[in-house]
Amino acid sequence: MARKITYQQAINEALDQEMARDPRVIIMGEDNAGGAGAPGEEDAWGGVLGVTKGLFHKYPGRVLDTPISESGYVGAAVGAACNGLRPVAELMFVDFIGVCFDQIYNQAAKFRYMFGGKAETPVVIRAMYGAGFRAAAQHSQCLYNMFTHIPGLKVVVPSNPYDAKGLLIQAIRDNDPVIFLEHKVLYTMEGEVPEESYTVPFGEANVAREGDDVTIVAFGRMVNQALTAAAALQKQGIHCEVIDPRTTSPLDEDTILESVEKTGRLVIVDESTPRCSMASDIAGIVAQKAFGALKAPIEQVTAPHVPVPFSDALEDLYVPSPARIEAAVTRVKEYR
Amino acid sequence: MSETLNREGLLKAYRIMRTIREFEERVHTDFATGEIPGFVHLYAGEEASATGVCMHLTGADYIASTHRGHGHCIAKGVDPVGMMAEIWGKATGTCKGKGGSMHIADLSVGMLGANGIVGGGGPLICGTALAAKIRGTKDVGVCFFGDGASNQGTIFEAMNLAAVWKLPAIFVAENNGYAEATSSKYSVPCEHIADRAPAFGMPGVIVDGFDFFAVHKAAGEAIKRAREGGGPTLLEVKLSRYYGHFEGDQQTYRAPGEVQTLRETKDCLMQFRRRVTADGEITDAQLDAIDGEVKTLIDDSVVRAKADPKPAPAELLTDVYVSY
Ligand SMILES: Cc1ncc(C[n+]2csc(CCOP(=O)(O)OP(=O)(O)O)c2C)c(N)n1
Ligand SMILES: [Mg+2]
Repeated sequence: MARKITYQQAINEALDQEMARDPRVIIMGEDNAGGAGAPGEEDAWGGVLGVTKGLFHKYPGRVLDTPISESGYVGAAVGAACNGLRPVAELMFVDFIGVCFDQIYNQAAKFRYMFGGKAETPVVIRAMYGAGFRAAAQHSQCLYNMFTHIPGLKVVVPSNPYDAKGLLIQAIRDNDPVIFLEHKVLYTMEGEVPEESYTVPFGEANVAREGDDVTIVAFGRMVNQALTAAAALQKQGIHCEVIDPRTTSPLDEDTILESVEKTGRLVIVDESTPRCSMASDIAGIVAQKAFGALKAPIEQVTAPHVPVPFSDALEDLYVPSPARIEAAVTRVKEYR
Repeated sequence: MSETLNREGLLKAYRIMRTIREFEERVHTDFATGEIPGFVHLYAGEEASATGVCMHLTGADYIASTHRGHGHCIAKGVDPVGMMAEIWGKATGTCKGKGGSMHIADLSVGMLGANGIVGGGGPLICGTALAAKIRGTKDVGVCFFGDGASNQGTIFEAMNLAAVWKLPAIFVAENNGYAEATSSKYSVPCEHIADRAPAFGMPGVIVDGFDFFAVHKAAGEAIKRAREGGGPTLLEVKLSRYYGHFEGDQQTYRAPGEVQTLRETKDCLMQFRRRVTADGEITDAQLDAIDGEVKTLIDDSVVRAKADPKPAPAELLTDVYVSY
């Protein structure tokens, strides 16, 4: 039975159901419960924004609060995955990757290949990302492209509650290291989510809207910005196809290429900064594999090549807006 | 009274602590109206630490601060008017509205920035101290960090590096008992953070952070040692934050009445006032006058911050590089 819950509740439910199903699943992070050693309430926070609330009491000994030692506990999650557990380590803000990246990209990501195919490292690293909270340069970045660059990591960017639940369950069951990225602005987004457990497979894009005129490929929160733009463009008689790859690694190239073969026009919407981004990656793939189908230059709607600013006046300009997406779509549509 | 501070110095210290308190209480009030954007972490309750340490520093000494940085900024001489505008996201802010509460910095007064990354300041202060050492000045670097940050690899590495290179660096661990909702009783398995100092071959000192004079004395010794080539010190300051981890935190992890008891019995401003007025050298009236002046300053900073313009759109793309 499906009912409406938020993106945040969907993530909590996925963790809950997987912890119930599989005793090897543990979660850890700073204040995933909160209140450790303190005189007041236990499970006081349930994560800095309450995403893991309630699991501490339900699964005794399997929700671990950590000191502020990301290199230590993220690495410990990787090691525990090598030794039979299925840890979900939370990094809070993805920006904190800087203090623990080695354990992820030199360790977890490389084991299987370096060890000649012998290792399995079923670890999930959850982190929130993205601009929109006036949280400034060190708490707002959109770094999925950085992880996507690294062979051995799988990278997940759900854009809605349904996908968040199904993709997280898939991530926990997956036998490779998975970076699971939650857009902080989406936590309050509501959507239909089945109560029962289900998975959404990796590497299968969702066609969020069908159309013949222009293909829009968008990631995470940008899928919703693209859908808003597409609805407005529809009124002007421009029919957009909106593709949500859902995972940046593996990437469902086929769905993107098929759509471009149909429309001949492509706009990519990516909240990351533009250099070495998902936008430039997909533009490269399409230019190489669907060159003959293109009727217009590919447009990339991204953040500018600057850190995320604090002031709302600047942050609102930083994030790709439906208006900018509409303008880009109009440009590629009118191009002859 | 104080061995090293004359009347003027005492009044200065009081003014700084009062400015921090007034600033933070005002931000607390204004945040509740929903007008202040972003994440804000208040330093109220901890004033004696920043002030007791920074009273010894010159403009050429550097400090590195934390996400809870307003107090360190004010104590190091950053203009509160610019700070308030920064917190409100205005073009007139210390960082043109680009950084916000968590990133207030003013290199012209040796303030290397509040920091959004816990433990980020430790290595940086090794660097400013190294520069001072190589240039042969007597300048020092001070890294403020929390009990939570004391568990971060960067802090361990920085302390080791400072000891190995005998840097003029002071590590000030502000132990307020919590990192977010986690008690330091959980995250710091030894009794005191300062107990870790001998492992790095440096002195470790514990001081009551509600007592300005105790902080001032202990910091003075550590800073003097550093200036004279004696290397780094770890100074653990035991104190408490009066507000939540960030504004909006319900603080259910704390004991009921915890903060109120501290405010009533140990508050640094209260203790300071009691001590300096006891022998009649400074009068309540003098301190009250400072209270009034500080209130006017902070009121004015808010009036200005509200009226000031937001950054112009073109600012989005500037200041990324020196040249490109
Ligand atoms: C590398 C990193 N990890 C986690 C955080 C999230 N965070 C911000 S403040 C904080 C607690 C810091 O506690 P403490 O060092 O004791 O300083 P206090 O807040 O008590 O002043 C945490 C976990 C962060 N900003 N950076
Ligand atoms: Mg603390």
